[in-house]
Amino acid sequence: MTISTAVRWLVLSLLLAMTLVASVFVGAADLSPGEVVSALLGRGDETTRTIVLNLRVPRAALAALVGACLALSGAVFQALLRNPLAEPYILGISGGAAVGAVTVIVLGLGVQFPWLLPVAAFAGAIVAMGVVLRIALGAGGALDTRVLLLAGVVVGAFFNAIILLLLNFADANTFRAAVFWMMGNLSGATWRSVSLLAAYLVPASLVLMALARPFNLIAVGEDTALYLGTRVGTVKLVAYLMTSLLVAASVAVSGVIGFVGLIVPHALRLVWGSDHRMLLPASMMAGASFLMLTDTVARTIAAPAELPTGVVTALAGVPVFVVLLMRSTK
Amino acid sequence: MTPAGPTFATRDLEFRYPGQARPAIDGLTMQVDPGSVFALLGPNGSGKSTLLKLLLGALTPTAGEANYLNLPVNRWPRREYARHVGVVPQLEQITFPLTVRQMVAMGRYPHMGAWRAEGANDRQAIDRALERCEIVELAERPLGTLSGGERQRARVARALAQEPDTLVLDEPTAALDIHHEMAMFELLTQLARDDGKTVVIATHNLNLAARYATRVLLLDQGRLSAAGTPVEVVDADIIGRVYRWPVAIVEHPGPGADTGSPQVVPLARAGGGAGSGGSGGSGGRPTGSQ
Repeated sequence: MTISTAVRWLVLSLLLAMTLVASVFVGAADLSPGEVVSALLGRGDETTRTIVLNLRVPRAALAALVGACLALSGAVFQALLRNPLAEPYILGISGGAAVGAVTVIVLGLGVQFPWLLPVAAFAGAIVAMGVVLRIALGAGGALDTRVLLLAGVVVGAFFNAIILLLLNFADANTFRAAVFWMMGNLSGATWRSVSLLAAYLVPASLVLMALARPFNLIAVGEDTALYLGTRVGTVKLVAYLMTSLLVAASVAVSGVIGFVGLIVPHALRLVWGSDHRMLLPASMMAGASFLMLTDTVARTIAAPAELPTGVVTALAGVPVFVVLLMRSTK
Repeated sequence: MTPAGPTFATRDLEFRYPGQARPAIDGLTMQVDPGSVFALLGPNGSGKSTLLKLLLGALTPTAGEANYLNLPVNRWPRREYARHVGVVPQLEQITFPLTVRQMVAMGRYPHMGAWRAEGANDRQAIDRALERCEIVELAERPLGTLSGGERQRARVARALAQEPDTLVLDEPTAALDIHHEMAMFELLTQLARDDGKTVVIATHNLNLAARYATRVLLLDQGRLSAAGTPVEVVDADIIGRVYRWPVAIVEHPGPGADTGSPQVVPLARAGGGAGSGGSGGSGGRPTGSQ
């Protein structure tokens, strides 16, 4: 490992540590750093302990995990599709997962069968991915940036319409909860959702990182990758399954949060190049930092009111998207 | 080192794209001998790229067989095949920044797999490939800053880093000027002559194929139209018929080893090109028509 590589990992680690500290110490409730520390050590009064240990820490952890999932899937989609704009939200895959999840919520099955929500989200994500790729290939090939994005946006709009249709049949409380959740929100964080997401992220990220070198080759071209000895079909199948799983699990616990998978890998590619052996783990770390930071902003900027995290990431992400689009179609 | 039997061989090879009435490759039997520089010729849409993809296992024959070293291509484990056959495909779009060295290092994948770290052997193979293609000084440059000719050399270097016995190139000089086109053909013939590699090139350049190839195969609508030495295949009747355009054949004036090789001169159909003034109608007779 060269010195500059070591420095980069160090910077990413520091960033992760700092954003983690910030998101635990900063919040709507006015707690001094001393109070937070003693709560973390299991001391202090009951209310403070509850706020810190059952609200802030799981929320920071969930933000970190969702950020890691989304940034990792974004980086993988970009390699598989040879498209720097590919991202789970823009490709409509988050929307597909949301349809699955909202169906379960509206049918009122979520309470009775908690495992059903991620499963339905996964099914929705797989369907969305299949439809988008089918449209893009049928209309001129996944290589064409504009066709692929158009397919993703159109399919995303369709899924939104389905969600709104489903919500017509929901009662007022379900409706409010579902809409809030569709805008991407981490306020539902519990230790249960944290452990659920971790259970998906750990194995899926290991599988994806193991495929980093094949991703490097596929990013140049599928035929090229085949001729260099990659089993392209198998790699793509596994990668699409793993990313669908990650997107579905993120959507199931936090709703639709867009653009993380666009901003984070793009920034890392600028400073670090495109070797996926570095890019994938770095995306997870930086994605975790990025979403903890945006979520801290979302929680505090309009306190005591709370902005949906997805709104903040979209406000940051759309300008990045426009810049990338202008560059890629030049 | 040179294996017995043909490098590539097909028998009654057929490939039909889904939904197409006519096969893209239609009952083709051919072979490529080891050590040859084999040029694959034919008009646009004659099936050159499809045939290469069948020989390389990117497509599966709908009938007949395509073998590499007497084993059906689709039965070869992909990494082992990639240690034998290096490919320079036609289309490759660099979406994400890569340096020349990173690109060439990808040629080590068949030897390294997904996990093994780059060792001394790998670095030597990469350095040799860079030297062979005369791009050592470009190694740290991003691919996006290279000229078309330099980028093409980097892709040949990637194939050489695979340390293959066989090189397959799909229109390697399609976008290159004369200088880079000549340099590419000279490099490829050197690789066959000095390094003993078998080289298969699909190309539109009949004249360079006639000068540099030891064997040529002419495809027409997925069928074999002619195969043999350049002198046998590059013939006014055959070329005129397959390309549906009148041509004359002249001998290369030299100097050089390829002096006298057949060169195709397409003729003006309507008697005299724009620049030929009043040279009359004699050049307009369609040689290939009956």
